[in-house]
Amino acid sequence: MGEKILMKGSEAIAEAAVRAGCKLFFGYPITPQNEVPEYMSKRLFEVGGQFVQAESEVAASNMCYGAAAVGHRVMTSSSSPGVTLKQEGLSYCAGSELPVVVVNVMRGGPGLGGIQPAQSDYFQATRPGHGDFRYIVIAPATIQEAVDLMMDAFDLADRYRNPVMVLADGLIGQMMEPVVFREDPPKEYDKSWACTGCAGREKNIVNSLYLDPKDLEDHNFHLFRKYDEVEKNEIRVEEYLMEDAEVALAAYGTTARICKTAIGLLRAQGFKVGLVRPITLWPFPYRTFRKVADRVRFVLDVEMSMGQMIQDVRLGVVERCPVHFYGRVGGMVPAPVEIVQQVQRLLAE
Amino acid sequence: MDANDTAVFTYPRSLSRTPTHYCPGCLHGVAHRLVAEAIDALGVREKTVGICPVGCSVLAYKYFDCDMIEASHGRAPAVATGVKRARPDLVCFTYQGDGDLASIGMAEIIHAANRNEPITVIFYNNAIYGMTGGQMAPTTLVGMKTSTSPTGRDPIDRGAGYPIRMVELLNTLEGPVYLARQSLLSSADIFRARRVVQRAFSLQSKGFTFVEFVGTCPTNWGMAPVEAREWAQKRMIEVFPIGVFRDREAEAAKASAAKEA
Ligand SMILES: Cc1ncc(C[n+]2csc(CCOP(=O)(O)OP(=O)(O)O)c2C)c(N)n1
Ligand code: SF4
Repeated sequence: MGEKILMKGSEAIAEAAVRAGCKLFFGYPITPQNEVPEYMSKRLFEVGGQFVQAESEVAASNMCYGAAAVGHRVMTSSSSPGVTLKQEGLSYCAGSELPVVVVNVMRGGPGLGGIQPAQSDYFQATRPGHGDFRYIVIAPATIQEAVDLMMDAFDLADRYRNPVMVLADGLIGQMMEPVVFREDPPKEYDKSWACTGCAGREKNIVNSLYLDPKDLEDHNFHLFRKYDEVEKNEIRVEEYLMEDAEVALAAYGTTARICKTAIGLLRAQGFKVGLVRPITLWPFPYRTFRKVADRVRFVLDVEMSMGQMIQDVRLGVVERCPVHFYGRVGGMVPAPVEIVQQVQRLLAE
Repeated sequence: MDANDTAVFTYPRSLSRTPTHYCPGCLHGVAHRLVAEAIDALGVREKTVGICPVGCSVLAYKYFDCDMIEASHGRAPAVATGVKRARPDLVCFTYQGDGDLASIGMAEIIHAANRNEPITVIFYNNAIYGMTGGQMAPTTLVGMKTSTSPTGRDPIDRGAGYPIRMVELLNTLEGPVYLARQSLLSSADIFRARRVVQRAFSLQSKGFTFVEFVGTCPTNWGMAPVEAREWAQKRMIEVFPIGVFRDREAEAAKASAAKEA
């Protein structure tokens, strides 16, 4: 393990990517994630890499497609409206089975929305662009976790040849915390499929077009066998103080952190409250929620959105217990005391 | 006769033997052959990556016998940027139609040119959307009837705009190294086009190189192949004049020769 360094979230995320062997960044400026491209525009040239400020997010995601097609680790980052534009290139990456890592530092919407933290891109992360496909979606709650997950993201992308989205919010991006970078060298993956020039072999084709319906169906079946594997192997979830909990909060990312503070306050008053924190939003830890649902009086889902993850929470709970919702939006961040009051009110009902 | 002349009668190594799906008289096939010949002439097949567009040439990945990437509509220059930034040692070309390059992909082509990305762009201009069945293209001539300009492209009363001249547009930028337009309408034109494509590929390591072909779409123009070529000769060339608009290397050579003289 390396030494502890105090870093801003966005820069720590960028540095983690570099240490994971990512030498290529293509992006377009948007608040609140500008520190990522700014950091990369300096750092990547120091390690013999390349940085391009693309003409748009559409172009950036397609540059990632090209770099991934020749077998290189590549990333982009953006925030909500920009991620909408990236959906094009990322759907082609999924269809062509290309590994790429995309960081989404979410801000409020719809439309231009605002520039303050939000979690209203859960849908566009877990129900992405056109076609039947998935991103692997991971949601850090601390900067250390962002660093660790960022390094894992490149491995997941390479192992499953699929886009991985690191879903963060403005708070994670802007906070400063001490972090430690893992020092294990980047793992090697078979990339014999890449378009590196056909010397000594048949030509390779990177493509998502299947004009024959049967072929396209087979391709979709193939992708979903892969997604089954991801669901089997990669679900990550934290259960916090759930052993004796009578109430479960459900939250991810920054909101989960706030929930932990609220749980401290509630427990001090004698309320047995715990938290289920999905770390992978896809694959989603449905089973954990099913298990928890049999033991608690209710689940309170807390988000910085009008209620998006709650759909998956309900799918997990399957009416074994009530699922309630508390959300703040537009860049308003729920205070621990608001969550405390919600739990107290629901318990009194 | 030089070696290039005899090459016409053999099958370029960089073309697959797969029969193409192009309509009779379509010049996409001719354009493919010229690209393949240029790759052969430079001996770079084994380090070439081609990017195909969305359009009638969407299946070009089957026709070229080198590594191929299928891009989304209009984004080939961005994909090529990703390829070359990762692997500057590779040779990379895009092959794009006019809807792909001059409409949906306008931002990508302008900016790739402006960054002087070391790629070769082959632009097939047939003044129409072939693949989707003959809709108006950004290069459709004023007055030309298409399925979405049924009374003829009308820039005044219907606000349908004017044909965009891509080479001239790119020629306003500092970046590009080589910009040329050539037609494929006669054997003599094809002969000249071969030289232009080879020149573009040979200059790729210096920066952005771009060749526009004036081609045809007999099917969606509703014409026989010969008639289509004659029509293009008569109508398209006056809007899309032939020529090498920029050759930075030749200009530099001329300038240094003048200095020595
Ligand atoms: C994002 C997107 N929009 C629209 C289409 C439909 N589309 C396919 S090809 C094409 C136009 C192709 O015309 P052109 O580039 O001129 O090539 P040609 O077929 O004439 O060779 C369009 C609009 C698409 N595939 N993707
Ligand atoms: S539709 Fe037009 S451009 Fe397409 S293959 Fe046929 S002739 Fe060629």
